[in-house]
Amino acid sequence: MFSNFMVTTWESATIVALVAGVVGFFVVLRGVAFPAHAIPNGAFAGAAGANLIGINPLIGLGVFSLGAALGINGLGRRGRADAVTGLVLVMMLALGAAFLSQTTEYEPQIFSLLFGEVLGVSSSQIAPIAVMGLLCVVAVGVLYRPLMLTSIVPDIAAARGLRPQRIELAFLVVVALATTMTVPVVGALLMYSLMMGPPAAARSFTSRPGLAMGLSVAFSLLVVWSSIASAFQTNWPVGFFVGTFSAGLFGLGRLYAWWQRRFR
Amino acid sequence: MSNVVLSVTNVGVSFAGRQVLDDVSFEIRQGEFTGLIGSNGVGKTTLLRVILGAQRPSHGGVQFPIQDQATRNRPLGYVPQKVVLDPDVPMRARDLVALGLDGQRFGFCRRTKAQRAAVEQALRDVDAVDFADARVGTLSGGQQQRILIAHALISHPSLLLMDEPLANLDPKSVQEIVALLDRLSKEQGVAILLSAHEMNALLPVMDRIVYLTGGRAASGTTDEVVRSDVLTALYGHHVDVLKLHGRVLVVAEPGQDKSDIPDHANYTIS
Amino acid sequence: MHFLVEPGFWSNQPVRTALLVGALSAIVSAVIGVFTILRSQSFAGHALTDVATTGGSGAFLFGLSPLLGFVGGGLLGAGAMDAIGVQRVRSRDLATGIVLGAATGLSALFLYLDATTTSTTGAVQQVLFGSIFTVDRSLLVPMVALSALVLVCVGTIYRPLLLSSVSPELARARTIPVRLVSLLFILALAVSVGLTAIVTGSILSTALLLGPAATALRLSRNLRGALILSVTLGVITTCLGILLAYDSSAWVSSGQGLPVSFFIVLVTFLGYLVAGVPALQRRVKGATVDAAPTGGCH
Repeated sequence: MFSNFMVTTWESATIVALVAGVVGFFVVLRGVAFPAHAIPNGAFAGAAGANLIGINPLIGLGVFSLGAALGINGLGRRGRADAVTGLVLVMMLALGAAFLSQTTEYEPQIFSLLFGEVLGVSSSQIAPIAVMGLLCVVAVGVLYRPLMLTSIVPDIAAARGLRPQRIELAFLVVVALATTMTVPVVGALLMYSLMMGPPAAARSFTSRPGLAMGLSVAFSLLVVWSSIASAFQTNWPVGFFVGTFSAGLFGLGRLYAWWQRRFR
Repeated sequence: MSNVVLSVTNVGVSFAGRQVLDDVSFEIRQGEFTGLIGSNGVGKTTLLRVILGAQRPSHGGVQFPIQDQATRNRPLGYVPQKVVLDPDVPMRARDLVALGLDGQRFGFCRRTKAQRAAVEQALRDVDAVDFADARVGTLSGGQQQRILIAHALISHPSLLLMDEPLANLDPKSVQEIVALLDRLSKEQGVAILLSAHEMNALLPVMDRIVYLTGGRAASGTTDEVVRSDVLTALYGHHVDVLKLHGRVLVVAEPGQDKSDIPDHANYTIS
Repeated sequence: MHFLVEPGFWSNQPVRTALLVGALSAIVSAVIGVFTILRSQSFAGHALTDVATTGGSGAFLFGLSPLLGFVGGGLLGAGAMDAIGVQRVRSRDLATGIVLGAATGLSALFLYLDATTTSTTGAVQQVLFGSIFTVDRSLLVPMVALSALVLVCVGTIYRPLLLSSVSPELARARTIPVRLVSLLFILALAVSVGLTAIVTGSILSTALLLGPAATALRLSRNLRGALILSVTLGVITTCLGILLAYDSSAWVSSGQGLPVSFFIVLVTFLGYLVAGVPALQRRVKGATVDAAPTGGCH
């Protein structure tokens, strides 16, 4: 499993885990679980559409992720944010279904778009993945303090001159970028588990924000590495392992928090 | 005046045809403790929102003669009425206070030794050292309030705005917070504008009062404002002001609408 | 009439079944959907669709009845969410997300095993997107029965549900068992979305749950009005969508029409946007007359 041609898989998976840990920390903190699920689904539609007109799927991925982020943020301001997120989500999925109906798409390709294909990453894709990953992490770093303040005490943040709505939009755009880069590796649907389980578990083990983010990354790496190893051994989809290991880690975190409350 | 921190001039606000605030004017000087008194729904929060810049007045304006040169933000500290904190959030009390220094700044940050010392000092000032390392979501209401005050004051603003901080506290906590605020105001020279619907708890520490009713305000010292003639003119109907054992009671005549009299004195004398 | 309705529409058997099934799904979804949105459980509603679909993939794999798979999977997922979930919306959504992630992963496994152990193709497409035109007629009776059950359940707990949705504290003060009501509701939600997912696919299941209800809540002032409007809109958009899908096979050059899910979702989405226009007009008018509230932090 550590042969030459698997190296790119390990490399790209590590980058994905890093980004998931960093971005996921704020996904959990800000309670944007639903948008974080909806945006990758938008990505899927974009890839299908790009395929239909014969251009690079990554472009479709990017454009539709961004569109989903903007739609959710823009429409969500006026109405009920979670209902709107659901509507944007199904609109994207329906578009994806429409695109697919007009092509003779081979099933494995759809499958890997959604669930990830552990051997699907070529070495030429590493560089763009790394660049986008770096962009995401830098963006979160730059937005760190405003993100913290608007997440915890939005009223005070507004009094200090920040615009919570703008920060929210900026963050969703980062999520869209994070989504775009991870689809080739873990698939559209499972990047989401990585952004939820490990960061949520990290919170249970520490109350210090910096440490919580670090732990979030560490857990994410743990999940991704063990998922790839397991997928390699069993030939089962890597997404299956990511989903279940993330959930398991979350459960462990909850257990630990409960134990702490009971016995300290 | 060179030491005027906040100047509110003829501020009026109307929503959907209803005049919520009408021609409100007052000044706050350095270090003054001002109570914004009025019953619920009379426009206190709206006035605070105008001062914060979250609400545009339909006429009149707000000035801050002493501008904070370092940031272009208004030199304000703000403690909102209600803050909901999730107990799972990984943030300690001291982290929230630290964000008071520069929470609105973009870019990477490393806390300097001076900044960490400032956080320690702010925590000491509000007697919060004991629970500084607890998660913010697990603090009690009173503890949370101290942390929010520390957060607001750590950057040494010239004015601290507090929106109904005493509303849900028991009498003992009310006394403690008022005493704390008075001490901080004198030690740091920060002016305080605190909104409440009950003025008695603040009588010992208030320098000035802005008494709000029906969208109009009377401002001055307590002795100047809390008098039968002034309040009668403000309410538009006769009210009596009684001072009894260091407490103030505002009482309306039988049959008068008492709905906008601060609710500590809502009885008639027959 | 000829240019609107392509020939053969009314006499087409699958179309008639589709209309019936679609309308029924729309009615149940619309009613549950209004409460779902009021309770800020839109994410749970969508997640349960995906969880039900996982159950469906599993049923496919183990040769069980799809009804059992979809509805059973949904019920399991709902139970898990209720067990983990807490009162605060953020924690609830987190729990929903974790369950969804695990279920999606499981779904990936089932579909992979389907593809490698059975010889049927199109499994992915079918389970994920479904098709209202290829509904198995044997499902109709159980579907009607379960739908009726769901509606009766909601009707029975209507008042406690309404009160606890609007204010749990008030509900508890009146000795309403809030926790029980929440559980009953999410189970009803699971059955409802599971049913619609089998016959219309998971996309439409979520769309029919949220779309008409969200639009109705935008337009209506009270709950009763919202429920009636929601049901009406749901039925209209479903039938209109079916009509357009049928027509589209004549429009599109490939001869293969666009999926019905696309049309129904499109109509629903546009309906929601259009419903926002009156509010937008009010804001624009208000801004020029009074000083409209600016900024703020919501």
